[in-house]
Amino acid sequence: MKKFDKERLLLAVAGPVMALVAAILLTSVVLIASGKSPIEPYTLMLEQIGYSDVQVLIVNQASLYYIAALAVALGFRMNLFNIGVDGQYRLAAMTTAVVGAHMDLPAFLQVPLLLLVAALTGGIWAGVAGVLKVTRGVSEVVATIMLNAIATSLIAYLTLPEVFGELVGDNKTTGLMKESGWVPGIDLGQDVGEIYGLVFLAIALGLVYWIVLNRTRFGFDLRATGESESAAAASGVDAKRMILTVMIVSGAVSGLAGLPLLLGDAHTYSLSFPTGVGFTAIGIALLGRNNPGGIALAALLWAFLDKASPALDYATPEPYEKEIATIMQGLIVFAVVISYEVVRTWGLRRQQKRVGEELAAAANTKKEVAV
Amino acid sequence: MHALVGENGAGKSTLMKILYGMQKPDEGTIAVDGEQVSFSSPADAITRGIGMVHQHFMLADNLTVLENVVLGSEKLYGIGGNARKKIKEISDRYGLGVRPDALVEDLGVADRQRVEILKVLFRGAKTLILDEPTAVLVPQEVDALFDNLRELKAEGLSVIFISHKLGEVLSVADDITVIRRGTTVGTAVPSETTPRQLAEMMVGSELPTPETAESTVTDQAVITVANLTVFASGGASLGTEAEPTGGITLAPEGGEIKRVLDDVSFTIHAGEVMGIAGVEGNGQTELIDALIGTKNADSGTLAFLGEDITPWSTRKRRESGVGYIPEDRHRQGLLLEAPLWENRILGHVTEAPNAKGFWLNPKGAQDDTRRIVEEFDVRTPGIDVTAASLSGGNQQKLIVGREMSHNPKFLIAAHPTRGVDVGAQAQIWDRIREARREGLAVLLISADLDELIGLSDTLRVIYNGRLVADADPATVTPEELGSAMTGAATGHLEHQDTADTTEEAAGPEDEAR
Repeated sequence: MKKFDKERLLLAVAGPVMALVAAILLTSVVLIASGKSPIEPYTLMLEQIGYSDVQVLIVNQASLYYIAALAVALGFRMNLFNIGVDGQYRLAAMTTAVVGAHMDLPAFLQVPLLLLVAALTGGIWAGVAGVLKVTRGVSEVVATIMLNAIATSLIAYLTLPEVFGELVGDNKTTGLMKESGWVPGIDLGQDVGEIYGLVFLAIALGLVYWIVLNRTRFGFDLRATGESESAAAASGVDAKRMILTVMIVSGAVSGLAGLPLLLGDAHTYSLSFPTGVGFTAIGIALLGRNNPGGIALAALLWAFLDKASPALDYATPEPYEKEIATIMQGLIVFAVVISYEVVRTWGLRRQQKRVGEELAAAANTKKEVAV
Repeated sequence: MHALVGENGAGKSTLMKILYGMQKPDEGTIAVDGEQVSFSSPADAITRGIGMVHQHFMLADNLTVLENVVLGSEKLYGIGGNARKKIKEISDRYGLGVRPDALVEDLGVADRQRVEILKVLFRGAKTLILDEPTAVLVPQEVDALFDNLRELKAEGLSVIFISHKLGEVLSVADDITVIRRGTTVGTAVPSETTPRQLAEMMVGSELPTPETAESTVTDQAVITVANLTVFASGGASLGTEAEPTGGITLAPEGGEIKRVLDDVSFTIHAGEVMGIAGVEGNGQTELIDALIGTKNADSGTLAFLGEDITPWSTRKRRESGVGYIPEDRHRQGLLLEAPLWENRILGHVTEAPNAKGFWLNPKGAQDDTRRIVEEFDVRTPGIDVTAASLSGGNQQKLIVGREMSHNPKFLIAAHPTRGVDVGAQAQIWDRIREARREGLAVLLISADLDELIGLSDTLRVIYNGRLVADADPATVTPEELGSAMTGAATGHLEHQDTADTTEEAAGPEDEAR
């Protein structure tokens, strides 16, 4: 029995490893084709890990990616494609910044309030897509893409100086948040920087994600729906309620994704707030196999590629384009999709065969005993 | 004509897949016309003249017969007049009676099967592999199929025929190979073999029969269905909402929406097995859906132990004691890629030992899965393997074990032994009988008429969404049921004692053991 467990683990690791190797090889092909060294960019980027300030940057960036990817993964586990994580995350960050700038409660109330606002905003925004799917049969993919665009416009409107906005230079911001809503980080010294306090929120969310999915009835229903919609329906899962719930929860988690940065460092929502995190998170969730541990590694990898690649621009004697990292990220997503399918079918077949063999062997020994 | 018989998981399907190029052999050789060959894809097999008719038809419903036949082999005879001529020629030659321009969706099961056979012949097959071709046919259609096959044989083609129904195999095959656990255990000559001998070769033990013991029917009504009516596509599944009144194509005849279940009423008592016979697609699926609650009735009521459960959700119904052996275990009964113990939880996630309140109880579920594996003889190396790696019969035993573990009061058993080998079949029957003695009410839906007759206390026939006939399982024969299943006979089927000796032998009857 343990054997099968080990095999499962092996299969789980085989997919991502294959994808990474393939992506690195293909990136090298691109490098060779453009007449560059196919090795040096990697060593340059790997050197960056040694610097503690880069490490802090990576961890901070990864916390955003991690929460957003958990939101995506939650949907993936029941075949719901929440492409709207990006809109949910930005809208939630904006409303949180606005509330944080206009309310001033003591910190032990202010921070939970801000978390709640973010989760509610994200949840409501994703809930729109959920309601549309459940009542009108609108594909959540289409609805969430549209809602991303609407979120962009809504944010542009709400951050106008006449509404909630405040101009700082030519940057439109939502005004500085009250200090009671700032979450202190772990200061590692002047040159190194600060790890966001809400990195621990990301870790906690990962734990909750695992517990909910693997140890609760709700999680079982969710996974069953993802693995076989028809079997779940026959087992008594209310598909509509499940879709709506998961959409809302996924949105709520998305809403939290921007908070490590907002409450830990930026303290205002402005034009320079990162966008596209929600889309990046889709790739990360895929690479991490919707598994909280895997997603953590994938988020760190992605953050590493993000934060280590600028060094390529300053390489001597000859600079490399930092877009190499982007190419690699793209190739990883591409390779991941293929390799997982290959590994999955291969693994299933292999197990079928081995079960057959073991049963045959057991039968034979029984026969021998009888003789 | 060569028949291949064997238990489930014996390796029949694997052997056929290798012959048809869908899987590669690890060792050994295949020779066609004395020449050694190796296939890497079905296309290779087709060029060598081997064609396969799958158990589940691979036809596009909204295309015509002609289009379906040329699909994928447009290069052979084009897609126009030439192909039509060829189809007619094949059809006439083997007496298949296929009309090239009929829409596949208008065809019955038997016609579709003939289209599948024609498809294979069209591609130039000289050897046909038929995977359980009779599973979906009523007796009369089976006879017609065998006539077709004899025609093919007479024209010099070879047929490899896989079946669980031993009587058929004996009547049609020239040669029989029995395989068990992946190896050939024997061959038989039909004229010198009885079904019982053949079955004993297959399982290596004694043959079970689906006879019930003396009646255990009580007068306590467990489930009462009154005037149940379901319209076509009246429900909603995940993500797709279809409203019964808003359809564009749903009202073909005079604005009437097709009733897939029309005014169905029946009562099943504690200790009673009610069998429903019928050709697939006559409302059985909708009846099951309405009973388990995945698709609600458009009108009519369901009462369970005196309570009106019509508005209840599936989960509430299952929690209160409705067991469910689904007709399609892969789609409805299992999570194929999940380990066995998670499959043990499926459908009973709110109940002990699977859950403690809000939380799952993996330990409890695992322990109980071990018990089921033991008690129901599920052959598996462990409870952590995926459900997909078990053979069909063992998957079914797991499902039956799971459903029986929650002491159901009412069991919906749809094709409980479909695709299950003889040994497992007997165990499943025993379990149903055992529970019946303890007061379980069972709705048995099956395509196996012997099973229906042997296991049921009362029999109904469903045709076109209505319960058109009833029969006494003690006297009715499969042939009589068959004619009611095609709509030819209605009302109470009285057994006519015309040629009693042959008909008595036709099916195992209900008698005290």
